[in-house]
Amino acid sequence: MTQPVVTARNLSRHYESGGGMFSQRQVVRALSEASFSIDPGKTLAVVGESGCGKSTLARLITLIEEPTAGEFTICGTPGVPENWDSLRSQVQIVFQDPYGSLNLRHRVGSIIEEPLKIKRPDMPAAERASKAREMMEMVGLRPEHYDRFPHMFSGGQRQRIAIARALILEPKLLVLDEPVSALDLSIQSQVLNLLLDLQERMELAYLFISHDLSVVRHVADDVVVMYLGRPVERGSKEAVFGAPRHPYTVALLSATPSADPTRHRNRIKLEGELPSPLDIPAGCPFAPRCWKAQDRCRTERPELGDAAHAAACFYPEGTETA
Amino acid sequence: MTDMTEAAATAPKRPGRLAEFWQYFSENRGAVIGMWTFGILVLLALLADVIAPHSATEQFREATLQPPVWQEGGSWTFPLGTDPLGRDMLSRLLYGARFSFFVGMVVVVIAATGGILLGLVAGFAPKWLDTVIMRLMDIILSFPSLLLALVLVAILGPSLLNAMIAISVVLQPHYVRLTRAAVINERTRDYVVSARVAGAKLPRLMFITVLPNCLAPIIVQAALSFSNAILDVAALGFLGMGAQPPTPEWGTMLAEAREFILRAWWVVTLPGLAILITVLSINLMGDGLRDALDPKLKRS
Repeated sequence: MTQPVVTARNLSRHYESGGGMFSQRQVVRALSEASFSIDPGKTLAVVGESGCGKSTLARLITLIEEPTAGEFTICGTPGVPENWDSLRSQVQIVFQDPYGSLNLRHRVGSIIEEPLKIKRPDMPAAERASKAREMMEMVGLRPEHYDRFPHMFSGGQRQRIAIARALILEPKLLVLDEPVSALDLSIQSQVLNLLLDLQERMELAYLFISHDLSVVRHVADDVVVMYLGRPVERGSKEAVFGAPRHPYTVALLSATPSADPTRHRNRIKLEGELPSPLDIPAGCPFAPRCWKAQDRCRTERPELGDAAHAAACFYPEGTETA
Repeated sequence: MTDMTEAAATAPKRPGRLAEFWQYFSENRGAVIGMWTFGILVLLALLADVIAPHSATEQFREATLQPPVWQEGGSWTFPLGTDPLGRDMLSRLLYGARFSFFVGMVVVVIAATGGILLGLVAGFAPKWLDTVIMRLMDIILSFPSLLLALVLVAILGPSLLNAMIAISVVLQPHYVRLTRAAVINERTRDYVVSARVAGAKLPRLMFITVLPNCLAPIIVQAALSFSNAILDVAALGFLGMGAQPPTPEWGTMLAEAREFILRAWWVVTLPGLAILITVLSINLMGDGLRDALDPKLKRS
């Protein structure tokens, strides 16, 4: 059995807001108790609506921020600040917005080479350039793009540049923070296929963050569904999409647009609003909007557990009849 | 995938950055006029040794307060007349231009270097250091600038060099504020985060990643404070706290000729006009620079 590229246990990140002279200090629980692991060559997709802590998770795993609680390891090394420097070349990130993630003052070549310049300062410039050109070819950029500036490129091509920059250090784990949601639909599939192709060639593990369930269905091996900073369901793609157990997942799946007009759609409309992450309800965070909520849901929080297909719910779907 | 790359190759080539800059700059006619005027003035200052008919300090005792050539009593020996000590006005103005441009340049370089460094530090620093730096700058800004410069010169002693230092200190907070604002704006952008993820350390983030993206407003500020510096040095010179006689500095020339304002208009008017034209041309050029460099004013 191979060692997982990344394992996380009970990762949490809380932000303190306010706390000035006149306002009371408040705690935003952006992420609470997330546990997962990713094997080499596999994709773990994290889905959920906006504000549910997906991007916070990405920032923790990419070593941009420190978790307030919990721990994670990358390739067996704990991801604590002392190890950040050595772990940097193992984890890289591709951002959502290809218009903000490239430095407009640098040429494409030097953008792609920058991680090498920092991490391998003794590598000769010629070798660096040839590596960058190789990487450009791999992501489908042409050699003459090397000397151009980012503003000359379309969104899809910019995302390819960002991918090339992320992969130049040959990381084991690539965090993809909504990598295609800023792109046109036709370009989306090109970039997704490129990502799948690269995953196969380089044995990459992906942490794929998305709100787009049809994209997740296309790329994921495993899926984690998050709600209000907490994972509420975890399992293989087939299990989660085929037989969702948490009511929130059921509602989320029923809201996915379908290209088949004849298919019967039974959309569940959620009532109420997403509770504020400043004031998370005491029991199950989903209880105020759940159509199955009982008294127990409002006072006690269901745990996710360690099962292969786990759901943090007292009355999961598919068990009523049993 | 192939059609996408092909489409990019056949798309019309975008104009280079310099061409784009010139297109925006030349739309502003005042800016172009300002640029030419400024260029001619710089050329005159550089060629003062060749053009000037006399030395700037030589006194022609038999020809004191001679009017310019077009007025009765004027002669081609002294085209713009002479001052009360019989020195040639044209030569003094030409050599004075050297001082003015030198002062402008030195002041801008000192103020911009210090201001950009402090602004970068303030933008990246923890909150307490940021607060300390910015409150310090607020204190400097709360003084009337010329008054503060006067105080500094009074402490350091009156000379051109000390006047330049004093004016640099006074102009510096503008750079600090501008740089800090731009840095804070850029710091949270994704490209900075990805440079951090690539392992970039603080100095690299500051100077290679962020600073080039903040330069446009700073260049505009530099152009505009160039004229400010010239004006302030002239003012200090007028008050006797800047360049000392017999240096042909425009402000000092004004001060020396003050008492002859009714008898000989040219000794006062000409240095004043020189200051006016220089400052105006630089300000016009600075406005054009802002049109061309400030991304907020770009239409495309």
